[in-house]
Amino acid sequence: MERLRRTMMFVPASNAGMLRDAYIYGADSIMFDLEDSISLKEKDTSRFLVYQAVKTIDYGKTETVVRINGLDAGGRDDIEALVRAGIDVIRLPKTETAQDILDVESVIEAVEKKAGREIGSTKMMAAIESAEGVLNAVEIAKASERLIGIALGAEDYVTNMHTKRSPEGQELFFARSMILHAARNAGIAALDTVYSDVNNEEGLRHEVEVIKQLGFDGKSVINPRQIPIVNSVFAPNESEIENALNVIRAIEEAEEKGSGVIALNGKMIDKPIVERAERVLNLAEAAGLIKRGAQE
Amino acid sequence: MDKLMIKKQAIAGTVESSDVQIIIDQNPNKGIEIELNSSVAKQFGRRIREVIEETLENLEIHDAKLVVEDKGALDCTIKARTIAVVHRAAETTKAIDWEAIEEWNV
Repeated sequence: MERLRRTMMFVPASNAGMLRDAYIYGADSIMFDLEDSISLKEKDTSRFLVYQAVKTIDYGKTETVVRINGLDAGGRDDIEALVRAGIDVIRLPKTETAQDILDVESVIEAVEKKAGREIGSTKMMAAIESAEGVLNAVEIAKASERLIGIALGAEDYVTNMHTKRSPEGQELFFARSMILHAARNAGIAALDTVYSDVNNEEGLRHEVEVIKQLGFDGKSVINPRQIPIVNSVFAPNESEIENALNVIRAIEEAEEKGSGVIALNGKMIDKPIVERAERVLNLAEAAGLIKRGAQE
Repeated sequence: MDKLMIKKQAIAGTVESSDVQIIIDQNPNKGIEIELNSSVAKQFGRRIREVIEETLENLEIHDAKLVVEDKGALDCTIKARTIAVVHRAAETTKAIDWEAIEEWNV
């Protein structure tokens, strides 16, 4: 089953309590941050803290991600520590070109070799946070086999674009569309930016509805309280689930009978419909609405 | 790895819940001395000392004076803060020998 990435929760790597508790809130991925939320003088201690946490704490099925610093600002040490600790994904901030990805990849590979880890086992993500990055998104998304997704970092992006974020989000429309197309073109996930106003639950819900409709796989969250809201928007409704189950049943029936053309309620079922049905059922299962295997 | 030496006083960690703050200083030829203040000292005091002593032993630090303010930290947090404070005191935070740490830190 394709891994769901509805929610990626930011956790400052300097916070021992949050490192310990991060997985209990039900985020699909946890992103330990060594970059912007960590002051320059605490980079060293935070790096040891998250290194030791990833080595020791069982985060279960939750995907572990670390946001590293730029390679010229401590990122090499971040990679050395976290690849050795066995992190699932290294997330590069402020990605501008495909070369940025290749540079980080070569550092990861060197550490995997030294540490005796399987080459290619550490995955990567790229955050795109500038006009240059958005314009290069297509090449960035295809730069490495390790990439599992690209994300929009809107705060830096809007500053770069001489604007600011608004509730309607028109200022992000082009960037979101570019990132989404680049991700789909490369067959990887597209993650939307954070919603910073933690107390505005309606605003968050509205924004998640917008990005879900665009086609995003999920959203970064900065507070555990945002997780159930994002998940509930991504959860399919009853008729979507029913329809998806019918599609899968029709396929199975047709396979049993050996018939080539498959129809449901007079409409032909083709590959995109099956893919969409599979995705609906994955989301429904993640939301606890159905149990796979028990669906028949 | 180059031997780590306690060259100066250093501090790492915070006094937030679930964390531990460790101050380390030189203690020439007097072994490891730990002054521990912990909200859970009665139950876990011995374990906290053990984790710190084992980590110092692994880092080949045999003489040091430590003041430890524990706020209910996990073993992995105590270990991480001990490794960090030793590297700060040894002035080697920019040249960490990860391979050497990985040899004992499994």
